[in-house]
Amino acid sequence: MIHFLANPARFMRIGARVLPWCWAVAALGMGAGLWFALVSSPADYQQGDSVRIMYIHVPSAWMALAVYSLIALVSAMALVWKHPLGYLIGRAAAPLGTGFTVICLVTGALWGQTSWGTWWVWDARLTSVLILFFLYLGYMALASAFDDPDRGNRAAALLAIVGFVNIPIIKFSVDWWSTLHQPASVLRSGGPAIHPSMLTPLVLMAVGFAAYFLALLVLRVRAEIAGRKVAALMMASAMGGAGSNPARRERI
Amino acid sequence: MTMARPPRRALTAKRRRLYVLVAAAITLGGAAALVLNAFEDALVFFLTPTDLKTRAVPDNSMVRVGGLVEEGSLRKSGGGIEVRFAITDLTNRVEVRYRGILPDLFREGQGVVAQGRLGADGVFRASEILAKHDETYMPKEVADALRKSGRWKPGAKNQGAAPATGASP
Repeated sequence: MIHFLANPARFMRIGARVLPWCWAVAALGMGAGLWFALVSSPADYQQGDSVRIMYIHVPSAWMALAVYSLIALVSAMALVWKHPLGYLIGRAAAPLGTGFTVICLVTGALWGQTSWGTWWVWDARLTSVLILFFLYLGYMALASAFDDPDRGNRAAALLAIVGFVNIPIIKFSVDWWSTLHQPASVLRSGGPAIHPSMLTPLVLMAVGFAAYFLALLVLRVRAEIAGRKVAALMMASAMGGAGSNPARRERI
Repeated sequence: MTMARPPRRALTAKRRRLYVLVAAAITLGGAAALVLNAFEDALVFFLTPTDLKTRAVPDNSMVRVGGLVEEGSLRKSGGGIEVRFAITDLTNRVEVRYRGILPDLFREGQGVVAQGRLGADGVFRASEILAKHDETYMPKEVADALRKSGRWKPGAKNQGAAPATGASP
């Protein structure tokens, strides 16, 4: 009980301190990244200017995988150590991860049309990312499918952990099977296969995307904790009259 | 003495949940690996010309063949609509005929995936041509400089061979 109350409070405090930095890094990373991506980076020797789709597509794909991994991690921690903040973080992160997955799929379709000559193929990489999208949807649906939030939390956490098996499949699909999608360019043995002039905007955008996600996550979790405190206070005042719990009010 | 018991029991409960979760994860991972291994044939997007030769691909069944467009094999006629070329994995090759518009990235020495049917005459009649590109990205000037200095080292392991060395269209 002490843990339950203490850790969200700590999250509120730390979150408040981290939030402005997240916004600053997000704005700087995405601002500078976009300028490099659209203005100050060369066209590709094969693909021409359509390579610029990469600067949105690849960071959102990384975030889609990273956010799902985070959800699986906090779900496992919540299941094993009964840490309610884990469920809270997972539920707050899921819509954000879904958004990154949608961006990845849509920009991938646009890029695929210009370079491969097709919007979509059922190769291992594309299909496994589509499955990731459905896992996100399933997680969110399951989390709010029960009247008892605890049951929803536990069911969704289990789904998140089971679905984590898809993450290495996405990452290594391009190495294990023949796919239309090319293998990894940055996170590969032998170093990045991207010229530094094109790696700069990619890394800047990735840092910007990650900071943006962190900012939104902190914001969402803080809003959820604050909302629960409001609900608890209203419950307390409705049951025991106004000012029945001054100690709790002080924490806000 | 009695006070020491509840925390210890709580610890073992946590430990037990952790072990159960880890065991379940290992089992699930193993099961997934076995399933993916068993379905490997269904998970590959295309066959190589060698696969086409060594495997019993039923005549006139729809398959995809992938590899490199063989250097110097491209012939166009009928105003550029009738296309003939060969797909190679540098061991075997297969003749391809296609009628239609090629993707922009289609060029000799580059990766390609053709969907169609293999005729009894050994000629592959494609209904769809997709261009495949490798994971290397660089500006045109750098690519030209690398080619000029002879230090062209493509990382295209998934495509089997180096991109075109001559002037690409």
